[in-house]
Amino acid sequence: MTEAEFTCASFYSALHEKRLMGTRCKKCQAAYLPPRQICLKCQSTEMEWVLMKGEGKLVTFSTIAVGTSSMVVEGYDRYRHYCCGIVELDEGLRVSARIVGVDSQNPESIEIGTPMTIEFPEAEGKSSILTFRARQAC
Amino acid sequence: MTRRLNRLAAIVGVGASKFGTFEDKLGRELFADAFLEMMNSIDRGINIKDIEAFYLGSAAPLSFEGQAHLAPIIADQVGLANRPATRVEGACASGGLALREGIIAIASGLYDIVLVGGVEKMTNLPTSEVTDVLAAFSDTPYESRVGITFPGAYALMATAYRHKYGLTDEQLMAVTIKNHQNGALNPKAQFNCSISDIMISRLAKIKEKGQPVPDWSSEMDFLKDLQANPVIAWPLKLFDCSPITDGAACVLLVAEHLAKSFTETPVYVIGSGQASDYSLHGRKDLTTLDGAKEAAHQAYDMAGVRPEDIRMAEVHDCFTIAEIIATEDLGFFRQGEGGRAAEQGLTARHGTKPVNPSGGLKAKGHPVGASGVAQVVEVWQQMRGEAGARQINRDVHLALTHNVGAHGATCVVHIYERR
Repeated sequence: MTEAEFTCASFYSALHEKRLMGTRCKKCQAAYLPPRQICLKCQSTEMEWVLMKGEGKLVTFSTIAVGTSSMVVEGYDRYRHYCCGIVELDEGLRVSARIVGVDSQNPESIEIGTPMTIEFPEAEGKSSILTFRARQAC
Repeated sequence: MTRRLNRLAAIVGVGASKFGTFEDKLGRELFADAFLEMMNSIDRGINIKDIEAFYLGSAAPLSFEGQAHLAPIIADQVGLANRPATRVEGACASGGLALREGIIAIASGLYDIVLVGGVEKMTNLPTSEVTDVLAAFSDTPYESRVGITFPGAYALMATAYRHKYGLTDEQLMAVTIKNHQNGALNPKAQFNCSISDIMISRLAKIKEKGQPVPDWSSEMDFLKDLQANPVIAWPLKLFDCSPITDGAACVLLVAEHLAKSFTETPVYVIGSGQASDYSLHGRKDLTTLDGAKEAAHQAYDMAGVRPEDIRMAEVHDCFTIAEIIATEDLGFFRQGEGGRAAEQGLTARHGTKPVNPSGGLKAKGHPVGASGVAQVVEVWQQMRGEAGARQINRDVHLALTHNVGAHGATCVVHIYERR
């Protein structure tokens, strides 16, 4: 089977199919997320896609009151905040993501280090936004 | 390896427009205001015909005012048509990059007299659209797409910093209060007022409307009230953020051997550094900007000076956390100690290390492409003792500017000496 091109489009079509994919250099095994065409360590272009487990922990976050226009369309505003953060995956790579399953109105309750699992939203259109859910009950 | 400029550039004149909201002015017209002030600031004058080239920093004029290809338009506006006019873009570091290009052009020997400017006309758009334009300075498909705004990106750093070093809200507020105190003394500032002035005017309005009067007994009380100072991107609140601003600034650079023919007190740019960095998720440490540290290292090394030698700095305080991190990245304070330093008043105008005597981006305003050049305007005035009521009370012979694009993806640092 030929590999999908190492592009942003391939990354998001995989996400759409409920797979979080990074790229790995076949020569030196360095892994990347978001995907890269060129290995930063050895400059090789011999990449392969690698499936991430989709589990990790919260490195940092913010609850946002004044959002981008796409978030405003989703109904978020200064009375209804959303959470964004950076998640470090078990594989050691970090991604920027939407964070759900936390109390965005009460940021002091959200803890760095919280275990996170990727969530693939069912709603059409939202599936291409990388989202992680806090694992403990909230 | 220490890098050197083949010849130095000297600043012999500066100018800035008023910063604020100007419904009836185009960016080019604000730039003309800055240009006229710059021409008048040159002690021995200049014939405009002698200006050989123009570098303009502007971050997103196409998005903000529907105008691409801005450099020749601005050149024409001020009477410099036919000269090479080049726009440089590095998000909010566009102005600093334009300065660096001007310095390099002079160092190369190609030109002797170069105009460097910056401009942004941001207030035509509603806040929601400005939020989108600024968010696009981050990595669009991987950062903005998940909802990370520009304040959001700095909030991610602030949360990481709080977790690692125990940053307090009061430390962030100390930066706000200090920069507004300075802005109150800067007639060009968008917020030409202290936090106390803002609080008193709010109280007057509340009383006028007959609403319940809040229990604010200090500036800190006011800033801690989420009604007065609402969350933008937690932990950052409204008064942690620089405003949306229209404004322009420019400086005239000449080759060092010509400097004294324009003024007895030129300011020489003796160090210049620039670096870039990964998106936030690509960084190991979110409490520091590696790009700023690298740019600072290059500039210190070129200038042959150390952080402790610097008498004042204009740093890129697009958010309060950014100023705290900047003062550490520049080596003024150890990592994790910038917040305490601000709280102790060390960065106040008469502190041991004055930072942002202009009021900074926070109070002076942040027309993104102009900010890097406006910093130089303040440095020039402070170094020549021309800063009026906000003049630092000791001799400033060495100064520094620190200009950052987006969340640190572009960083520029310059060091100045009065000789």
